[in-house]
Amino acid sequence: MPTTSSRPTTGPTRTSTGGPAATDPWLADALAEVRRDPRAAERVLPLVGRHVGRDPLRPDVDPAGTVHGTVDDAARASVVVALAAVEPAPVLAAHLATLYRDGDAVERRGVLRGLDALTGSATGPLPGEVVAVGRDVAGDALRANDTALVAAAVGPFAAAHLDQHTWRHAVLKLVFQGTSLDAVAGLDDRADAELARMAADLAAERRAAGRAVPADLHRIGAPPA
Amino acid sequence: MRILDPHIHMTSRTTDDYEAMYAVGVRAVVEPAFWLGQPRSGVDSFRDYFDSLLGWERFRAAQFGIRHHATIALNPKEANDPRCREVLDLLPRYLAKDGVVAVGEVGYDAMTPAEDEVFAHQLALAREAGLPVLVHTPHRDKQAGTRRTLDVVRESGIDPGMVLVDHLNETTVAAVRDAGAWAGFSIYPDTKMDERRMVALLQEHGTERMIVDSAADWGRSDPLKTWRTGTAMLEAGFTEDDVDQVLWRNPVALFAQSGNLVLDPVPGFVPGDLPAPAEFAGSSVLRGVRA
Repeated sequence: MPTTSSRPTTGPTRTSTGGPAATDPWLADALAEVRRDPRAAERVLPLVGRHVGRDPLRPDVDPAGTVHGTVDDAARASVVVALAAVEPAPVLAAHLATLYRDGDAVERRGVLRGLDALTGSATGPLPGEVVAVGRDVAGDALRANDTALVAAAVGPFAAAHLDQHTWRHAVLKLVFQGTSLDAVAGLDDRADAELARMAADLAAERRAAGRAVPADLHRIGAPPA
Repeated sequence: MRILDPHIHMTSRTTDDYEAMYAVGVRAVVEPAFWLGQPRSGVDSFRDYFDSLLGWERFRAAQFGIRHHATIALNPKEANDPRCREVLDLLPRYLAKDGVVAVGEVGYDAMTPAEDEVFAHQLALAREAGLPVLVHTPHRDKQAGTRRTLDVVRESGIDPGMVLVDHLNETTVAAVRDAGAWAGFSIYPDTKMDERRMVALLQEHGTERMIVDSAADWGRSDPLKTWRTGTAMLEAGFTEDDVDQVLWRNPVALFAQSGNLVLDPVPGFVPGDLPAPAEFAGSSVLRGVRA
């Protein structure tokens, strides 16, 4: 698989196919090495930021890179895509579990956004073993307090594979942490009456407390004041 | 003003906090076991945490004239992590220890089936150990979470007078009071509850079975919020006795049911003096050369 086509292709609002990382010679070499020897991923993932930078992918609307990710997020995702091209499903699943477990917050984001990239790719449905690991690591990220890590766990993989209860709580968690719901893939498709009920309850709770009601609550069904 | 802060994570606070707390009247605290701000990777991490709550932190508080107690449990968030579930097997041993005044924090985070199981199991452990329970109510979907909490408490058969349901607000207080449990309020710089709203709730619901805590931890929080609430009560026309009921007698009555609450002054502690050169496992709170 050529490097350029291994970029995340998860839709225009999620990750860029351009940016400094796309043409980075270090990354091209690293991806080639990972394809030759997948064990290189352990060494490559932590080094990504110092080589490709850490800029937001969409600085105009997301200066911190929390909502739509960063250049290094996209580069790490491409490492995951490279792994998927060479490792059989059970090996890939175990490998992603290890990379996530041993990773710091940025490496974990890379695994999550890599799962998004695989979900959005044209290679067919994700194998069951990979989906199971993806659900586990997304669940872990959604229990975290790191806003960028949480936001990385609500992309196309989550839209396709999280159960409805977990997904609703993930959406509400973004509202709590003040992250735009633009981070959520498939928001309009999956939003349901129960999510609207939860949004309405939270809006009522905020009004009873004399606090502001976040605008995103209305986006998921809370009635106007 | 004498104060028992029934929910404060002192492990995340400094000795300056202990000194400031003593100065405004805090004489006893209860520190619930919770998470670290990020996931633990296994059971041994809990073992060391529980040991530090019952060991080093209890010692550290006493150096500043404050009686420290703990509540022990697998917290709701980590109940969802299979690496942490075996902590449940450790709990009976810890629940028997001196200084443990309740099972907690238990309850719901994301209201998952795993949280259901772990919550019900720990309510049963509390009954066996004869301990009160400190219940955390969720940030997300709080009203539904509080209703479900009260259902599970009822089904467990535990006396609601042994249960403190914490982090309540205007929309959840009535259900908890109707259920006969203790109503807890965490007073934060913003978010959960503030002093002004707390005073309004006390005016509406009275001071019986109402409990105020700071829930101070590693997040934006203030270990003096109990005292600030007491001050706000006095300014709003409540009496010294009302304040004493909410900030001292109510939490004392709840946790004294454990038989493990110690409220005598720390022997040898003199306010304003440097901590005694005592040691815990070879370590002291003093720094530098000791005279």
